[in-house]
Amino acid sequence: MAIRRFAAIDIGSYELGLKIFECTKQNGIRAIDHITHRIDLGSDTYNTGKISHARVEELKRVLTEYRAIMENYRVTDYKAYGTSAIRETDNASIVLNQLEQHTGIRIDILSNSEQRFLDYKSIASKGEGFTKIIEKGTAIVDIGGGSIQISLFAKDRLVETQNLKLGVLRLYEQLHHVDARSSQYEAIIEELVNSQLMVFKNLYLKEREIKNIIIVDDYISAVMQRRSVMGGKEAGYIDASSYLAFMEKISSHNQQDIAKALDIADDKVPLLYISGVLVKCVVQAMGAELIWAPGVTLCDGMVYEFAEQNKIMLPTHDFDEDIIACARTISKRYKGSKTRSETLETIALRIFEATKQIHGLGQREKLLLRIATLLHDCGKYISLVNLAECSYHIIMSTEIIGLSHIEREIIANVVKFNHSNFVYYEQQETVSDLGRETYLVIAKLTAILRIANGLDRSHKQKFRDVGITVRDGKMIISVSTKEDITLEKGLFTRRADFFEEIFSVRPVIKQKRTL
Amino acid sequence: MATTVAQEEKRQFSDPAYYLNRELSWLQFNKRVLSEARNKENPLFERLKFLSITSSNLDEFFMVRVASLKDMENAGYKKKDFAGMTVTEQLEAVENETHEFVEVQYSTYNRSLLPALEQEGVQVLTSHEKLSEEEGAFVDHFFETEVYPVLTPMAVDSSRPFPLIRNKTLNLGALLQRKKDAGRGILLRQKKGGKKSAEQELEFAAVQVPSGLARIVRLPKREGGPEKIILLEEVIRRNMPKLFLNYDIVCVYPFRLMRNADLSIDEDEAEDLLKEIEKQLKKRQWGQAIRLEVESGMDERLLMLLERELELSPNEIYTIDGPLDLTFLMKMYGLPGFDALKEHSYPAPQEVPELPAGCNIFEEIRKGDIFLHHPYETFRPVVDFVAQAASDPEVLAIKQTLYRVSGNSPIIAALARAAENGKQVTVLVELKARFDEENNIIWAKMLEKAGCHVIYGLVGLKTHSKITLVVRGEEDGIRRYVHLATGNYNDSTAKLYTDVGLFTCKESFGEDATAVFNMLSGYSEPRSWNRLSLAPLWLKDRFLYLIARETEHARNGEPAHIIAKMNSLCEPGVMNALYEASAAGVKIDLIVRGICCLRVGIPGVSENITVRSIVGNFLEHSRIFYFENGGRCEVYAASADWMPRNLDRRVEIMFPLEDEEIRDKAIHILQTELADTLKAHVMQPDGSYEKVDRRGKEAVNSQLVFGKEAAHAAKHGAERANQRLFIPEVRAE
Repeated sequence: MAIRRFAAIDIGSYELGLKIFECTKQNGIRAIDHITHRIDLGSDTYNTGKISHARVEELKRVLTEYRAIMENYRVTDYKAYGTSAIRETDNASIVLNQLEQHTGIRIDILSNSEQRFLDYKSIASKGEGFTKIIEKGTAIVDIGGGSIQISLFAKDRLVETQNLKLGVLRLYEQLHHVDARSSQYEAIIEELVNSQLMVFKNLYLKEREIKNIIIVDDYISAVMQRRSVMGGKEAGYIDASSYLAFMEKISSHNQQDIAKALDIADDKVPLLYISGVLVKCVVQAMGAELIWAPGVTLCDGMVYEFAEQNKIMLPTHDFDEDIIACARTISKRYKGSKTRSETLETIALRIFEATKQIHGLGQREKLLLRIATLLHDCGKYISLVNLAECSYHIIMSTEIIGLSHIEREIIANVVKFNHSNFVYYEQQETVSDLGRETYLVIAKLTAILRIANGLDRSHKQKFRDVGITVRDGKMIISVSTKEDITLEKGLFTRRADFFEEIFSVRPVIKQKRTL
Repeated sequence: MATTVAQEEKRQFSDPAYYLNRELSWLQFNKRVLSEARNKENPLFERLKFLSITSSNLDEFFMVRVASLKDMENAGYKKKDFAGMTVTEQLEAVENETHEFVEVQYSTYNRSLLPALEQEGVQVLTSHEKLSEEEGAFVDHFFETEVYPVLTPMAVDSSRPFPLIRNKTLNLGALLQRKKDAGRGILLRQKKGGKKSAEQELEFAAVQVPSGLARIVRLPKREGGPEKIILLEEVIRRNMPKLFLNYDIVCVYPFRLMRNADLSIDEDEAEDLLKEIEKQLKKRQWGQAIRLEVESGMDERLLMLLERELELSPNEIYTIDGPLDLTFLMKMYGLPGFDALKEHSYPAPQEVPELPAGCNIFEEIRKGDIFLHHPYETFRPVVDFVAQAASDPEVLAIKQTLYRVSGNSPIIAALARAAENGKQVTVLVELKARFDEENNIIWAKMLEKAGCHVIYGLVGLKTHSKITLVVRGEEDGIRRYVHLATGNYNDSTAKLYTDVGLFTCKESFGEDATAVFNMLSGYSEPRSWNRLSLAPLWLKDRFLYLIARETEHARNGEPAHIIAKMNSLCEPGVMNALYEASAAGVKIDLIVRGICCLRVGIPGVSENITVRSIVGNFLEHSRIFYFENGGRCEVYAASADWMPRNLDRRVEIMFPLEDEEIRDKAIHILQTELADTLKAHVMQPDGSYEKVDRRGKEAVNSQLVFGKEAAHAAKHGAERANQRLFIPEVRAE
């Protein structure tokens, strides 16, 4: 039996975790060890913007130990991610370089949306429990050290996701700054949380009915998993009224008593309590009836992704469709035309498929192209004149779950260059994170989107039924339409020039007139 | 979150009258051991052993417990214990009890054992004056050749202060008078002016009886004559004049000093635990004097001098009618040639039927959990477990906690070999295991040298749990094999202590074992535990929960019964919960070998509680807990006693015995011990213990029963393994 041992390292705001898994086609994923080391990187980052020398040294020591543990388990693959505390650190690249030099472990930074997407994947990996719960309106509340992510489901699909700077460590720091007495904690946390939650509710929740809340965190979830503490028929599931009663009960206890009652270490109580109040606020704001704490961690999402990418297990859920659904919601928010987007998507994907051999791009880029078509004109919501720039900035400022920062930038640039002159890699005036390869992807996707956009210049969906073939150095775009396509043909030349420049293939429109 | 919330639960059962003082309860235990020395049904040499044990027990009790009380008294500690006694009251009671105890000890020795030995042809000469001329010549020669070279006489003069008398050493104290014809000697005190009285002219000297030499000196045996033995101190005493040539020996008497030896380290301040313990070890020799034993009839002048110089109060001086330090009897037990006077009814440790010699231990564990009951069953599989893992190519890691191990431990050797074979070996060595530190440091360093990752204990906690984890990378993935036990990984004591152990490769246990070692390695605690309960964080609450659950069952009219077997019981919260359970109608049978601070038979409080203590051939050491749970019984084994130190200040593990067959075996152990009529002592309402009234009852020696059962099981196991018949399995329709 081919076994792959995978190590997932999560450098979080509060803990440095290592989880070892075994992945086999026969048995799926099996966790075999989970080690966590408490390290308060969050306080460093959120207070000073930098990770201190002492913490870096501690990271080196623990990661070296982790490396030895991985070697002992004969780990075949690993992934190490830094999340918000690393992401928001000014000296991140220096720190990560030092860690890699010292430990040999390469650490990548996860964007918030990637991180939340992995958390989401880890929940979805729970299979039936997840599928069943999202049948009704559901919100995932992913509580981190720096922020929380609220993602909303409607009709089995992820439709909205927003990040709120209400992470437990951040709130803990704020409580310290206001010098609150512990008896005031609950009221202050509620005040801080509810002010932002109300905005979220008004903007994004609207008429959506949320019946279920899924909690992902490193604090209250572990307690919710214990039936002995929470009751309920199944571990991890608790009805809202029982949860609120539980919170009321622990609110009247001091730190030592809570620790004793919940069987946890004293020093874990403050963060657990903040997390508990956060959940309480969300439950009350949304009027949810059921809470589910599946007890998953980022590491579970990492292994799920690894297993999926390596075809060790079949996906339990179509995550690409979630990303698309989110993009659609964003498009809707900026008054994008659904039919126009759909036409554009259809044409662009046909071009993409027909030119596979030429562009050499994969499924992930195809997904980016789809999102670009959906958001191609979002900037017009701000300005019809500065459509390119406005679209770029909207996309760059909007959380699209499941996309990395680079991917978001690819989409933003593709959409921008769809409307404005293409700036070549060498012509860039500002320093960019985008490497030459990535820039090439932007160029390719822009070329495709421009053609697709050009074919629907009139926004009348004249090219809805388009056929595309590539032969003899030409890309023949056959369209059967009785409509007049003079406009499209007339404006096509410039777009075709760019396409030819990128792919060395000349797009040609062939119209078959129909009755 | 409220800052303060009244959490004080009303303690209905906190009346001091309901409890026994811990120290006095311990002295009761030592009395039970002494009763075995007095028990004429025991073979003579076994009785010597029991008497020796009472002596070493008492030494440790003084060095640790009495010393601790003295520290508390010196610090002005005023709080009363749960039995309502102040420190001073406790000390006074302990000293009074000990004086009485010592009297019984020596009357046993003088009036019972010495005559019995003589009857068996063994004569212990109580004084060198009883030596014949020929014997005298023999011991004098022995003195000159073997003893004299290693003696260091220490004397007092103006340039030398009173000599430092080492803890627990046996010494001869002498008063000397300078011979008139001798010149000016080194011992003469130089005092200015005045004529010295005769008394002032006496000088004090001390000679330590060398601990490196055998205390027992066997005299040449005459054909047909008795075996004659004399003690080393008598040999030295006889030859004292040879040590102080220019002096007349006025008197010579043996004495022995006990000092405070409690090893209490402020661990938060110790930067390096290892160094701190090494430092403490050196200090230990020179603690405060807390007990002086002197031979009865000691010269008053000598006694007063010792009392003054060692800063002792009269109650701390114990006048002994016989040889000091009876631990020499253990050496006597080891003398060759007296097998007939020893116990032979207990079979040697037997093969574990599920784990025959030479088997692949991992293969056998995969078939199902395996329960071991030592010393009736051999400890060899536990050693094999580590040894096989050390050379097994599939093994990735071995992790183990070590508390006390034997000298030349095969387990240590196997661990070192495993590290050399490239396995990841993590060993938590508990340096703070009392009196074993020096030994522990040596082999811990040796393990480190072999490439093991050695964790030198945890700051502020003693790791008392006994757990081994072997991680194998098998064809179908990682599989973890776990051994959990109530006793130490010590192949020597495993022949003498009764303990139970469990081999399992159940995933839930494996996950927990992994988490235990992650915690011990300094990583965070896991989110939850599957099967194990750990002290100091969770175990006490778990016990309280299990007891409270029985209370609830009793209140609901459901079957409720607790049987708990352990070494000591003095945790106030647990005792309180037991009283509450008893008052609610839970039947509680306690098998507590040593200290037990709750009382039985208090109306409305403990009428449903029985306490018995088994003092037998083997040291009862296993901890097994049975909870009837309304008919769905649960049985656990643990490394912990119901003592504050176990539940609050140690890393301990309790594990469930889940397989029905194993659970039944554990219940059988408890039931057999409850049926013991020969070695059980039953607590009376006044806190004293009495032997079981055997009238009308079958004579049951539980340890013997277990020994015979193990022999029977091993024999049948071997027969099954050797038979050539094929036995068809019959499937039930």
